[in-house]
Amino acid sequence: MSMGSSDVRFDEDVAKEVEVGASPVEGRSPWLLAWQRLRHDRVAMISLGVIVLIALVAIFAPVFTHITGHPPNQQYLRQGTTSAGLPLSPNGKFWLGTDNLGRDILVRIAFGARISLAVGVVATLLTVAIGVVVGLAAGFFRGIVDTILARLVDVVLSVPFILVAVALVSIAGPGLTMTVLVIGFFSWASVARIVRGQVLSIREREYVEAARSLGASNFRIMFIDILPNVLAQVIVYTTLLIPVVIVTQATLSFLGLGLQPPTADWGGMLAESQTYYTVAWWFVAFPGIALLITTLAFNLFGDGVRDAFDPRAGR
Amino acid sequence: MTDQAASAATGAIESRSETLLHIEDIRKYFKVRSHAGTSRAEVKAVDGVTLDVRRGETLGLVGETGCGKSTLARCMARLYDLTSGKVVFEDHDISRTSRRGLRPVRRQMQMIFQDPYGSLNPRRRVGSIIGDPFAIHQIGDRKDRKGKVQELMQLVGLNPEHYNRFPNEFSGGQRQRIGVARALALQPRLIVCDEPVSALDVSIQAQVLNLLTDLQQEFGLTYVFITHDLSVVRHVSDRIAVMYLGKVVEVARTDDIFSTTRHPYTKALLSALPVPDPDAADSRERIVLTGDMPSPINPPPACRFHTRCPKAQEICSREEPPLVPVLGDDGSHLTACHFPLEVGETLRPGTVAQREGG
Repeated sequence: MSMGSSDVRFDEDVAKEVEVGASPVEGRSPWLLAWQRLRHDRVAMISLGVIVLIALVAIFAPVFTHITGHPPNQQYLRQGTTSAGLPLSPNGKFWLGTDNLGRDILVRIAFGARISLAVGVVATLLTVAIGVVVGLAAGFFRGIVDTILARLVDVVLSVPFILVAVALVSIAGPGLTMTVLVIGFFSWASVARIVRGQVLSIREREYVEAARSLGASNFRIMFIDILPNVLAQVIVYTTLLIPVVIVTQATLSFLGLGLQPPTADWGGMLAESQTYYTVAWWFVAFPGIALLITTLAFNLFGDGVRDAFDPRAGR
Repeated sequence: MTDQAASAATGAIESRSETLLHIEDIRKYFKVRSHAGTSRAEVKAVDGVTLDVRRGETLGLVGETGCGKSTLARCMARLYDLTSGKVVFEDHDISRTSRRGLRPVRRQMQMIFQDPYGSLNPRRRVGSIIGDPFAIHQIGDRKDRKGKVQELMQLVGLNPEHYNRFPNEFSGGQRQRIGVARALALQPRLIVCDEPVSALDVSIQAQVLNLLTDLQQEFGLTYVFITHDLSVVRHVSDRIAVMYLGKVVEVARTDDIFSTTRHPYTKALLSALPVPDPDAADSRERIVLTGDMPSPINPPPACRFHTRCPKAQEICSREEPPLVPVLGDDGSHLTACHFPLEVGETLRPGTVAQREGG
């Protein structure tokens, strides 16, 4: 029995009491428990390591310029291309080869990681923020609010994404902000749907009723009682949304709707490599591999997060 | 408690101020949409209930699952909007008060919920859950609150050092204590307990019940105690109201309910109470009602119980019996029956109510 709690009445479940008494007084939150489970998931932790590595590459991209002496947009038309003007294969000077303009692919991939991660994170956060607010409001207030928001979600989900993206970009012009806004605008609806469904069930729980019986305001119930219980789902969805957003951003760039040349960006590099991949495999392979590894790492990590939050779901 | 019972015994005339909560002809209908579409039905969960809750007493509310006890409790606490009727708390009519207007009332009237697992937010620390009432009503600063929360935890028999823990780290009985602490935080006058022990093991039920009784004596609390467990209600209640299909069929002091049962439904309900002595258990009369409880969407006309009542006659399906004292009872014992039982009368298992060949 716990020694310290002498003035506490002995409670029911003896086994439980022993267990409780043995553990530290600081409570273990559901978040902490999830993290502890995640830490024992080897695949997820390796993925997390890869993600951190990619982030480091993005942050320290200038270091690559420093080491190789090649700025990302510098065209080495003489030393960087063959006598026929074709990309140079990987060699001691250009470790991952060059592109058609004689630029260093390694340095450009490093700088491209900045774009991918930044857009991936910012656009995802925007998406999630809109989705959570809309979903909370729809699920909590129900009735007319829900009807209107649910129809809005249906409309957004039924819009053909690429077509409208092309139209929007042709009106407003391409760019980083545009990319983020387009992705955010088209992705929030699915988040809102998930959140709404969760809120609908959580708002009927007794602890919400308890909060109401204490006189809590709607605002307080939404953000203090309901939101933390939706958050686990949202976090899982967010980690799985980041790779989707990264691929979408690459797609937009590939189609010429994202960032404009000469900005180093994986989707743009893949687009430029189209006409050269028969003679220069490294031109298409390395940006492609970078994209693949990044999205794979995020996906595997997202799976791990999901398992950590819901250990019963199994694999 | 005892002097309350004594004053109740002095007669039907009771002063207004002795009544803490008065409800009058409360109705709560829930709309249900049938799958077919157009037809709109209503579940008449509570259908015309009038009751007084007296200061300092424990009023037990018993009845089968689905008879509307919990709905009635939530109507009393104005967690639901009423379909019709009146709720008067401390001489203030709160039947139509807005949510904002109810906030001061919430300090006086609290609830303890049935499910100790469902009624505590799993993502919040226990200290923050118990401190919720202070935060919502903006009482004290952070440091004050922590002290108060720990006091409350001590009061209900929890280790105050555990305030940083999460609900999932406590057992069922401990969680219910957390719920009690939260309800007590604002020092309310009335606590509506919605089956507070029915989700707990029997051994723990007693602990929580004793805690509730101790707290009542210490703080002069008034309880409305909802349960389907008759032995529990007998143990804690000063008065008992028996509900059937959204209506109160009998109200009386606890002793009277057991000694001079008037309503056939009450009789049947009480006969289900287990008796500790096996010989006595064998010899006593057990009334098993035939049929199921009718649907509250389409309840039987007049007396709700006539479809299952062994004593039912033609008038029972035609005229609704009022809730009044039976001849010979004092004014505190009310029964809604055309043919109330005499003292000592036994019920013969229904000849009228029996269904096909049963």
